Amino acid sequence: MTETQAEITAEIRRIEAGDAGRGVEQPRRDYPPYRSSLLRHPTKSMVHADPETIELWAPCFGHQDVGAAEADLTIQHAGEPLGERMVVAGRITDGDGHPVAHQLVEVWQANAGGRYAHQRDQHPAPLDPNFTGAGRCLTDADGRYRFLTIRPGPYPWRNHTNAWRPAHIHFSLFGRDFTQRLVTQMYFPGDPLFPLDPIIQSVTDPAARSRLIAEYDHDLTQPEYATGYRWDIVLTGSHRTPLEDDA
Amino acid sequence: MTTPGQTVGPFFHYALPYAGGGDLVPPGRAGAIRLHGHVYDGAGDVVPDALLELWQPGPDGRVPRAGGSLRRDGWTFTGFGRAGTDATGHYSFSTLMPGATSPRRLPFFAVTVFARGLTHRLFTRIYPPVDAAAIANDPLLSGLDPARRDTLVATPDEQGLVFDVRLQGNNETVFLTFPGHR
Repeated sequence: MTETQAEITAEIRRIEAGDAGRGVEQPRRDYPPYRSSLLRHPTKSMVHADPETIELWAPCFGHQDVGAAEADLTIQHAGEPLGERMVVAGRITDGDGHPVAHQLVEVWQANAGGRYAHQRDQHPAPLDPNFTGAGRCLTDADGRYRFLTIRPGPYPWRNHTNAWRPAHIHFSLFGRDFTQRLVTQMYFPGDPLFPLDPIIQSVTDPAARSRLIAEYDHDLTQPEYATGYRWDIVLTGSHRTPLEDDA
Repeated sequence: MTTPGQTVGPFFHYALPYAGGGDLVPPGRAGAIRLHGHVYDGAGDVVPDALLELWQPGPDGRVPRAGGSLRRDGWTFTGFGRAGTDATGHYSFSTLMPGATSPRRLPFFAVTVFARGLTHRLFTRIYPPVDAAAIANDPLLSGLDPARRDTLVATPDEQGLVFDVRLQGNNETVFLTFPGHR
């Protein structure tokens, strides 16, 4: 941890300039500004495969797996968590515009002070005894999901000197087929840490990066109760036609 | 216009792994096998904070369509499992051997790999041990040179199968991209 933010930022800008106009939608796996990636990214080309039967389907999750209360991260303890109470909602579609219906969505996040309820998080911000920060729900028939939570804080990490992550919520998503599996992060509009953060910047295309940022939505905001953010998610295309779905 | 991926990060353990996640069938049940191994980085060091997901047909080759993977009833084979690596980089599943989903296809486990430092999920397959004739008929395995191909084939042990994931380096595991992935 010797590099300065200025050195990391220069690397970020250099790689982005080299990728300009290439229209790459996904993050670079080989992304040296994110130091943990150095020994963990494959160096050989991905091998093209045609999905076979098992890969044309995704695991099924149902109401035996996920209780309705698991979508409310503010009621998991005796008291209310500290922070800005917030609705996060949106719609999940695949690359062909089909809703991802009745499928599992998992989220996890830091508390309002930027601390995870995880033993390896050593950030000296307070833990909140009323907030764990993990939730689940199933999408509805139209692919919609909805969580009630509190807004997470930004937090420091050890990628380089004075490194800070922009506030974010981790999302884990399944699609209609296995090849659509996605784990990603949702960010908040206007965060001043975006240009400095090697994780969001691992997506080098600005338009693709903007798709990681939720929108404030006053229609989701609840009077006297919670602010609202909308984040719609588009998975890759399904390799199975809707006609092949279960009846 | 797809939503980009982002790393799973270091702090997923209280959210994604769950009790019984790696036990697609109860360990020791008739027909159960252990599928296990280590995850290594490019320096050959173990990766203690990786997460593997398994998705597979049953021994009869049918694609499971039952829910219940997160809260298992001990009887229903859902075909999905999730297991994190431990402090030694080791993961372990208790499961059933997959069957072929169609007559001229090899059975395999479909796998996704996540880790801190990995900006985007990786797809791969774990094939149970196969003979040369079967390899020649398989569209994926037949197109790989033998050293690369071997990274996708598990080796038997007393309880089942061993499969190591090497994220980088000389024996780097073959990772897959599917049509439409960019």
